Amino acid sequence: MSSTDPTSPPVLRVRQLGVTFDTYRGPVQVLSDVNFEIAAGEILGVVGESGAGKSMTGAAVIGLIDPPGRISSGTVELAGERIDQLQGEALRRIRGRRIGSIFQDPLTSLNPVYTVGRHLVETIRTHLPLTEAQAKARALELLEEVEIPEPRVRFGQYPHQFSGGMRQRVAIALALCAEPQLIIADEPTTALDVSVQAQIIALLRRVCRERGAAAMLITHDMGVIAETADRVMVMYQGRVLETGPVREVLDRPTEPYTRVLMAAIPSVHERLERLPVPEIGSSAPVEAAKVVPVARATRKTLVEVRDLGKEYDLSLGWLERVVSRQPRKLLQAVDGVGFKIRQGSTFGLVGESGSGKSTVARMVAGLTVPTRGQVLFDGEDRFQTQADLRRRIQMIFQDPYASLNPRWTVERLIAEPLEVLGLSQRPEETAERVAQALRRVRMKPDDARKYPHQFSGGQRQRIAIARALASQPEFIICDEPTSALDVSVQAQVLNLMRDLQQEFGLTYLLISHNLAVIRHMCDDIGVMQRGRLVEAGDAQEVLDAPQHEYTRVLMAAIPDIRHVH
Amino acid sequence: MSDVIPSPAPPRRGWRQSDSPVKRAFARSRTVQVASAVLLLIVLATLFAPLLAWQNPFDSGALELNDAFLPPWSEGINGAFYALGADDQGRDVASAILYGLRMSVLVGVSAVLLSLCIGIPLGLVAGYAGGWFDTLLMRVADVQLTFPVILVAMLILGIVRGVVPEGVREQVAVLVIILAIALSDWVQYARTVRGAVMVEKQKDYVLAAQLIGRSRTAILGRHILPNLLAPILVIAAISFAHAIVAESTLSYLGVGLPPTQPSLGTLIRIGQSFLFSGEWWILLFPSLVLLALALSVNLVGDWLRDALNPKLQ
Repeated sequence: MSSTDPTSPPVLRVRQLGVTFDTYRGPVQVLSDVNFEIAAGEILGVVGESGAGKSMTGAAVIGLIDPPGRISSGTVELAGERIDQLQGEALRRIRGRRIGSIFQDPLTSLNPVYTVGRHLVETIRTHLPLTEAQAKARALELLEEVEIPEPRVRFGQYPHQFSGGMRQRVAIALALCAEPQLIIADEPTTALDVSVQAQIIALLRRVCRERGAAAMLITHDMGVIAETADRVMVMYQGRVLETGPVREVLDRPTEPYTRVLMAAIPSVHERLERLPVPEIGSSAPVEAAKVVPVARATRKTLVEVRDLGKEYDLSLGWLERVVSRQPRKLLQAVDGVGFKIRQGSTFGLVGESGSGKSTVARMVAGLTVPTRGQVLFDGEDRFQTQADLRRRIQMIFQDPYASLNPRWTVERLIAEPLEVLGLSQRPEETAERVAQALRRVRMKPDDARKYPHQFSGGQRQRIAIARALASQPEFIICDEPTSALDVSVQAQVLNLMRDLQQEFGLTYLLISHNLAVIRHMCDDIGVMQRGRLVEAGDAQEVLDAPQHEYTRVLMAAIPDIRHVH
Repeated sequence: MSDVIPSPAPPRRGWRQSDSPVKRAFARSRTVQVASAVLLLIVLATLFAPLLAWQNPFDSGALELNDAFLPPWSEGINGAFYALGADDQGRDVASAILYGLRMSVLVGVSAVLLSLCIGIPLGLVAGYAGGWFDTLLMRVADVQLTFPVILVAMLILGIVRGVVPEGVREQVAVLVIILAIALSDWVQYARTVRGAVMVEKQKDYVLAAQLIGRSRTAILGRHILPNLLAPILVIAAISFAHAIVAESTLSYLGVGLPPTQPSLGTLIRIGQSFLFSGEWWILLFPSLVLLALALSVNLVGDWLRDALNPKLQ
């Protein structure tokens, strides 16, 4: 734990911090009464959902709040020295020199036209009085420190030659350049795959420990907090709900909100009937875990995928290829994938980015034509049959912001499949069915007149589900349906999907990188790696006793709130 | 990224619920009210030019040479009143502007509409279908972009002159210049639309439409096109002003409109030669009108782009 010396002040002390935005409608308080301290060598995890004020707290500490926002009350002290009133040059000297930052997206935080070495050398020389050669030596040391293989070769390379995880390592090296006392990491692993995430978490812990630097780790992922932080601060709507040692808060949360938030996170180890949905003020006890009756799924196979393969043509444009006489370049995105989905069951397809799982989903949906193999729906070949399968197969997409046309009203969005598929002849019938679809996803029929942007992410995802349900399909393909959503909203959407499945006997194909979501929802699963299906079978059996090496690696890499470090 | 969940919005004051969002946005912006008033004035002036002008400035019989170079706000020999002065031939500048404006607006509007009709469909198809059509179209566009607009227009004019018999040249001059400007302008619409389509077609709402078997035409026209309104409107507003200037440049070079069908550009060209000898009004007033026209079209275009975007309502 922290090596707190009673005589010296903590590295960071925030007292009664308040941030206000001056808007046309008057001042809006976005942070109020935030208090916390971080000692040297300690990692404070800051958790909360979107809009809870986590990132705002981090920005307030480094003085990066843009107008019309301003710090309206309280103090921020770095090693006993007030920094909240610093301006201009004085503030810039602290950023980078005494406070290092790591951001979410390693792709945009590095300048693509600079080599990695130049990023480091420039940052080092900005903060430390070193010569070019000394700075280069230090940069190489730092690259070694963040475990980048062959630092000398990597030094001269550009950011695009680095993978996401490697870029985030560079970002950590950059934050360490001037040996800062405090490191602020804002969602450092959110954009990364699970297995890479685990490595970055370990690295972050090690460098903070070794240097005795204080760290503030902002994330929405409780698992990451459990694996990394010493203490945790839970935020909700711009306030701190509770602060305490990580095991204490995660195991015995005092606030009802925190308690339900913990319970709302699906676990890889057990399958619950429903997830509790956190709401502030709800003091209802968390329901005891109920085991799902597995009897719903029938024996009948609804969807069968046989030896599915897809090649992508990555060649140059037609003209360039003809002129420079280059052969076509092909990428084997999906290779020999086969599985069966029983009627009324949920089949989960899990894998990391680039594993080809979304391509499989699109081929099953009929949006992408496979290079070889078959997709059989109810015994009929998806790409051969004359029968109209459009009504019976629907899809829910990952990003509820992109899957609804922003220029269309909700009514028009939901009515479109009805009209196109000829399921409704009269306008009154369409309106009635739109209202019905909205009621099914627990929304008001009045919402039909609004535009998608007037809803939150979770509501939009429910609108997308309503659109999918409008044509009364039997089979719904869900491509990462909750990965853009907060934990509590994810719980709502998963519960809704489960309810609808029971109500209408729906069959789901669920694509996700999140093993816990897969575990919670699925009866059978398939694990994909580099376009191939490496393991498939009963969800419980596969996840509890993985046979394939890759599945084991995936399982081990998941940050788990029950994990003790 | 923080996902701001709309808290119960405070009730909107002032506007009735029944009002359309576009009307509300109009009531809120002082700038667009002024700009559209100016635009309305200009449109009315072009429609009623023969009634408003006391002189037909391009009927040489109606001109009084003795009134040449009269400064603004002065009275001529025959008691005629020159509010904005007279030019070297005793032509009333105010009347000339009214007539010139007609021609400029006609050429500008038609040229923009025509290039929209060419550029948007080509851009939509190229962006959505890709492949050889896209490659071909973009190379043609690239080649055309390397030539100055004026040169392309002159080339087209030259060809038409060679084809059309002498007698009807004057009658078709306006049509030819509209065609010339439109054919040199469609490239920017095609390129912008193509780029925007390539971004939009990746979005999941397009997949959702494909899933229920919507045709390509329906996806392009009903789903994608409405999302391209913003860039198209901005370019249309800018290129409207641009078309007017291009027309005057062509007229200046002697390949544009004949002197019997003058435009604002023709007037500016005439005024230019008198600027340094002190007769500033001949140049200033037509230029000011051109400026007011271009500016108000741009402002109304920008406003329309925002007003039609449901996200900003």
